[in-house]
Amino acid sequence: MEHFLSLFLTSVFIENLALAFFLGMCTFLAISKNVKTAMGLGVAVVVIQTITVPANNLIYVYLLKKDALGWIGLTGVDLEFLGLISYIGVIAAMVQILEMTLDRYFPPLYNALGIFLPLITVNCAILGGSLFMVERNYNFAESCVYGFGSGLGWALAITALAGVREKLKYSDVPDALKGLGITFITVGLMSLAFMAFSGIKL
Amino acid sequence: MSQSKIKDVLLSPIFANNPIALQVLGICSALAVTSKMQTTVTMAVAVTLVVAFSNAIIAAIRNFIPNSIRIIVQMTVIASLVIVVDQILKAFLPEIAKTLSVFVGLIITNCIVMGRAEAFAMKNDWWTSFLDGIGNGLGYSVLLVCVGIVRELTGAGQLFGIQVLPLATDGGWYVPNGLMLLPPSAFFLIGTFIWILRTFDPSQVEKDS
Repeated sequence: MEHFLSLFLTSVFIENLALAFFLGMCTFLAISKNVKTAMGLGVAVVVIQTITVPANNLIYVYLLKKDALGWIGLTGVDLEFLGLISYIGVIAAMVQILEMTLDRYFPPLYNALGIFLPLITVNCAILGGSLFMVERNYNFAESCVYGFGSGLGWALAITALAGVREKLKYSDVPDALKGLGITFITVGLMSLAFMAFSGIKL
Repeated sequence: MSQSKIKDVLLSPIFANNPIALQVLGICSALAVTSKMQTTVTMAVAVTLVVAFSNAIIAAIRNFIPNSIRIIVQMTVIASLVIVVDQILKAFLPEIAKTLSVFVGLIITNCIVMGRAEAFAMKNDWWTSFLDGIGNGLGYSVLLVCVGIVRELTGAGQLFGIQVLPLATDGGWYVPNGLMLLPPSAFFLIGTFIWILRTFDPSQVEKDS
């Protein structure tokens, strides 16, 4: 249990996907102008991440890994090179399925997330999560925890950034730095703050 | 196609219309690899090749792609190219491939690749698209290499792993700034880069929303 708790906290704070690995930056900078939409996107990322990381874990372990096809009697087959294309396929499919399910059964939530769902397919944080899971050899339970934790960390970061940017409207920024420039510097400072978590052993 | 148009397609993305600084594309997988020049250059070359070839391929088949599934088709083309790059790196440059870890795979979701495929390659012939891909790849590389040089030089006193500034610990005079090797510095550097770019070209300044 302790192991999972430490994995969870590490993925939320210390190895924050957005602030320590620069993942999902495009959407992170583009959709953080106000807290409400940022939170909507954050929730969507948490949901998709929690589903896709374990799903990709199963695909990796039972289909792609070396000798993984042993359960249908094929040995010595190594399909690891097909990894990238399968993961992105799974992500695109999951996003589509989630979109349809939400539309059918939870219309209010669908309307709230609406435009963000398709965007998530090209969010590097999602693919990044799956690739880290493969690289670090997480098992199924670990990948569930990691998926949820890393998604939550990303959501936390984008909500916080949106909060800062809302307040930033009232400050006097040099012309050339307006918009993108000052956002980069804000994210830098936030990332600096998150660095304080590193070195914490759990 | 006229000579000047070729030049325009190739050169405008480098400064006038830089994909990172102006179109806010492709920042995702880029910053984490800039702490060393070696990985930076590898990444820049990889991205340039992938953008150029994905643009060319998608432009060549653009009239056969049904509109409703174009995203999936683009994704498949890009993913296949990235797999090729990934395998080549693993085979010939295993050390660098290890340091780049997941970031080669993340070229798939690099918004520059998707963005150019969608915005340019779907409307132009394959040769112009190929050049556009090279141009955007170079624009991305220029920024990446600038950030990489500053980070490695100030962070470790090295360029391409060769000691340029003698370190104080080895009897030299340079005390390395460890912060430059950590993630936050990349954000500050890009922010400053954008600031400089826009000071010289005020037409790119963003309006108050």
